[in-house]
Amino acid sequence: MEDLKFIGQPITRIDGKEKVSGAAIYADDIDFGPNLLYAEIVESPHAHAIIKSIDFTDALKVDGVINVFTGKDFPYKFGLYMKDRYIFAQDRVRFVGEQVAAVVARCPKVAKRAAQLVKVEYELLPAVLDQMEAIKEGADLLHPDLGDYVHVPWFFPKAKTNIAHWRKIRKGDSDKAFKKADYVLEDTYNVPRYAHCAIETHVAIGKFDHSGRLTVWASSQSPFTQRHLFAEALAPLGITHKDIRVIAPHVGGGFGGKAGVTMEILSAALATKCKGNPVKIRWTREQEFYNTYQRLGVVCKLKIGIKKDGTITGLDHKIYWDAGAYVEYGANVVNAVGLSAIGPYRIPNVTIDSVCIYTNLPPGGAYRGFGYSEFLFGLESHMNRIAKHLNMDPIEFRKLNAIKEGDTLAYGAHMNPNGLFDAINKVKAEIDWDKELKSKNPDKVLGKGFSLFWKAPAMPPNASSSAFLKFNEDASLNILVSGMDIGQGYLTVMAQIAAEVLSVPPHKIRVENPDTDRNPYEWQTVASHITWSCGNAVKKAALDAKDQIFKLIERTHYLHYDMLYLEDEKVKCKTKPDFALPLKDFVINGIQVEDGTFKGGPIIARGVFMPEFSSTNADPETSQGGHPNVHYTVGAAALILEIDKMTGKMKVLKAVEAIDCGKALNPDLVKGQLTGGLLQGLATVLYEDMRYNDKGKLLNPNFTDYKLPTSMDIPDEIVPIIIEVPQPDGPYGARGMGEHTMLPAAPMIANAVENALGVRITSMPITAEKVCMAVLSKK
Amino acid sequence: MSKIHIILNGERRSLHVEPNDILLDVIRDKMGAKSPKCGCDRGDCGACTIFLNGKSVKSCNILAIEADEQEIVTLEGLSENGLTKLQEKFINMNSFQCGFCAPGITIAATELLNHNPNPTLDDVKEALSGNLCRCTGYTPILDAIMSCKK
Repeated sequence: MEDLKFIGQPITRIDGKEKVSGAAIYADDIDFGPNLLYAEIVESPHAHAIIKSIDFTDALKVDGVINVFTGKDFPYKFGLYMKDRYIFAQDRVRFVGEQVAAVVARCPKVAKRAAQLVKVEYELLPAVLDQMEAIKEGADLLHPDLGDYVHVPWFFPKAKTNIAHWRKIRKGDSDKAFKKADYVLEDTYNVPRYAHCAIETHVAIGKFDHSGRLTVWASSQSPFTQRHLFAEALAPLGITHKDIRVIAPHVGGGFGGKAGVTMEILSAALATKCKGNPVKIRWTREQEFYNTYQRLGVVCKLKIGIKKDGTITGLDHKIYWDAGAYVEYGANVVNAVGLSAIGPYRIPNVTIDSVCIYTNLPPGGAYRGFGYSEFLFGLESHMNRIAKHLNMDPIEFRKLNAIKEGDTLAYGAHMNPNGLFDAINKVKAEIDWDKELKSKNPDKVLGKGFSLFWKAPAMPPNASSSAFLKFNEDASLNILVSGMDIGQGYLTVMAQIAAEVLSVPPHKIRVENPDTDRNPYEWQTVASHITWSCGNAVKKAALDAKDQIFKLIERTHYLHYDMLYLEDEKVKCKTKPDFALPLKDFVINGIQVEDGTFKGGPIIARGVFMPEFSSTNADPETSQGGHPNVHYTVGAAALILEIDKMTGKMKVLKAVEAIDCGKALNPDLVKGQLTGGLLQGLATVLYEDMRYNDKGKLLNPNFTDYKLPTSMDIPDEIVPIIIEVPQPDGPYGARGMGEHTMLPAAPMIANAVENALGVRITSMPITAEKVCMAVLSKK
Repeated sequence: MSKIHIILNGERRSLHVEPNDILLDVIRDKMGAKSPKCGCDRGDCGACTIFLNGKSVKSCNILAIEADEQEIVTLEGLSENGLTKLQEKFINMNSFQCGFCAPGITIAATELLNHNPNPTLDDVKEALSGNLCRCTGYTPILDAIMSCKK
């Protein structure tokens, strides 16, 4: 085992002081001077309509209005995985809140007032608000031209329907497996839509200067992907990648909501029509709710067959996604779940249909967990119900079927090394699972809930990371990477990796959020893959620097390369104990040799990582043959729930969550993800959901009506448990864990409610009201 | 436009505001102190929390004109003479993640400790209940505040 000095240590965040002193600059904090313009967006009040005409003559008359723009000014499509969106609506609107026009003015108040004077005439179309209606024969079509849309090769849209993508798995024969099973449990689970609710709303400022240079400052998880999508969409204007620069300062939370491209393209496009003037858009909290991505709603029809001894024989999982008006990102959530909806189990016969369905609701997209929370609610509820039927302990039943390294996955590849059993056993012990629970308060009951979870990064097979590393005169370092620190502590961990290789302490290393002009390529900060992927790139860059250093020492000091090592910011030699050359003596200015000349020069290094084993080439009818997922991160969790029998009010007394992150590069930050993610997960099951009226209008787009947990709503006790079964291709064995922490929350609550009260709730959220009603209806 | 004076972080400054200008916008855009953030614009999230005459308030719910001749302290002012013990604890205990709620929470927690140097955990939870944080699950923030007890 390597002796590690910085890896595995609870190092304090390298951005901590900036954030706690008020020095940290977020997108909305940047000053742009007196030339700054503000854009106010005119939005569709209808869920589905044809735009007959737009009259903005009155708006133009308002003093201070620079101009008004509509879809006619930007007839360009964009999208991450499927080009199904326009910058502004063209002839038709497909959700309430869709951008129809923009009023640009010197003052935000003037822009707002003038936007109310824009008259849009609509012809209403029937709105399709329910995905189960949208897939019926004869349903109104949202995208009549779906068959012509450009998309990635692993999507399978069905032209002339509302089905944008259909991921199918066929492994073995699930029908036969159900016939042979001793017991088959079939039920439907419903999960509504959710909002990310980063406390910082989306902000983007675009500036197109007189030389044809487009700069966008954005609160973003995806600066390079945004640059690429801007370049694709704005190509007709003659703008290329090298003309576009995306600068991403600190981000006030992402959770998937600031991945890909949503409103940022409005600032980019409007700027091209307002040369020389930066154009700013900051979403209000309301807009943040209805015009960014939302977590997709879902109906899961789940069927599992079991033998008397508890072995699972087969699974049929039909998953119908309410993906919204545009699915350019959301369809990949559907795809990811289609590949993984067996959960962390060994199941020989599998049928999965994960169906991406257009509806006249806001676009669905990435949200922490990327679809796994949604299907795990049903799957992990099902596992408990089956165990109950078999009269088995739910944990023992899971252990009987839990996946192990080398087991065949639903798509034919094999499971990576993992510590699932270790996680199960540690959680079981910590929560004291076998102990009988009884509340001392006669009005309250206690219940125990348990859940497994797993998730793989969902990303294109060639998603890559890269890093530049440069030394300064005092042997401090700057590392240039393009992942985003969205709070998870990524920049700190990158510093720790380079520190470990180069023996330079992390607090002598500066790593900042990127500028696409200066920093090397990174796909996006999503999928909990950045520690693994960019961590590999940074490690390679550090090794490259070390190689350059040793080669220089070898040729100037005539010491053998293999005998050299780094320690305490010095080069040392195993065969020459008195040799200790400080890095600061030569990493910029080189080393002087006998004749008075200098050798070397600034040490500048690079590292690149791409998962070269990944592939999406597979049979579309069965999904067999490819290697679409790089690895899975697994874990287990349990909680004790106290329920008030009279009101249904619930309180988590203790929660335990164990996750196998391969190697906790910074255990403090891993635990931070765990406590934060767990509460976000509990929020989705206990408090939150998005409510729409029958016209497709969101009824609760604010924090008064969409309830986020406060400091008063946290579990009494949280015990985070770190499991470390190394990921063979991860930096120091690390694999991602940021999103996963929220995955077990909802099924744990459902299972605890059942344990306490004997009622099974199959739709989220599980509010006090719902629990109370379930108890009353049982009486 | 009306001329008003605001004592911001110890400096008396004069400025012109419209009657409907919001204090948060004026502090950020006309006076240049950027630590108070806008997260909801209606008093729900607490990211804009500042000290007004020593009491924590949500600056998105106040008109700038109401702050005429009043004393305002933001996180910039709090950090002026070096970091406070609470801020040091927040850093050392990795209390924050994205950091967007940190300015408001730091003000709210500072107010609590000023008035009650020995709070119980329930006191701390209640003092922070008007400040939303989506990243941390609050626990590392509460731990840091509790560690400042006298």
